[in-house]
Amino acid sequence: MNFRKYLVLLAIIVFGSFGDVLLSRGMRDVGQISFKQIPHLIPALANPWILIGIGCLLVFFTSYSTALSWADLTFVLPATAIGYVVIALLSHFWLHEQISIQRWLGILLIVIGVGFVAGGPHRSDQTVEAKGVETIANSSELCSGAREGRS
Amino acid sequence: MKNFYTWASIAVIVLASTGGDVLLAKAMSKIGDVGLIRQEHGIFAVVRRVLSSGWFALAICCMAVAFFSLLFSLSWGDVSLVAPAAASLTFVANALSAKWFLGENVDRRRWIAAVFVAAGVALLAH
Repeated sequence: MNFRKYLVLLAIIVFGSFGDVLLSRGMRDVGQISFKQIPHLIPALANPWILIGIGCLLVFFTSYSTALSWADLTFVLPATAIGYVVIALLSHFWLHEQISIQRWLGILLIVIGVGFVAGGPHRSDQTVEAKGVETIANSSELCSGAREGRS
Repeated sequence: MKNFYTWASIAVIVLASTGGDVLLAKAMSKIGDVGLIRQEHGIFAVVRRVLSSGWFALAICCMAVAFFSLLFSLSWGDVSLVAPAAASLTFVANALSAKWFLGENVDRRRWIAAVFVAAGVALLAH
């Protein structure tokens, strides 16, 4: 895991949770829509909250697909579940919503769950191969470092 | 009877969203590290490879089914049951199908993570 990969995971967490919050903020303006009034959703696209929310969710989907190109599904899903905690904490400290004991317990369980995968490998089938590549990369960095040192 | 429909719709959402996640993971792991592809061949090569993947198209279809069935069941179902039950069961279903269909090594550490997160989401969303 390098810095770029951590950045992709962070983008999944941030844009996923903000996208959801912005969509629900926008839908509050639009009001309730029943199943028969689905065409009424089209003017909802003009709502700025909903537009920004959709933009965030597009960034989320791109980062999610990117992460799945180099990490396991069973790593990406739990690792980014911390987004649920971010939403709960945002709604507590920013929107001043009350968090019940049951919800605090939920937050605790998610944090423990994320802790379990965070320390493990992000790709199970290629661990040995990836380690080999990293060793080669490190040794070539060392070589170039030594060259620079000499010159 | 309404209870049956609620759980049936939860089952459809869980199946469709798990299918979407697994197919997307399959598509992206077949394509390979998109960061490296972008560095070597440019961003258009990434877009072309992703959009020409059949697995990716199937994943999008499954995700669309999941999205509309969630929307549909929320319009008549019990929101406080459907949303958290579907979200948390999807975590467990994903771990199972990643093991069966993607051949991922779901070790004890990942199982514990999936179960803890699923329980946490159920409590949080309730």
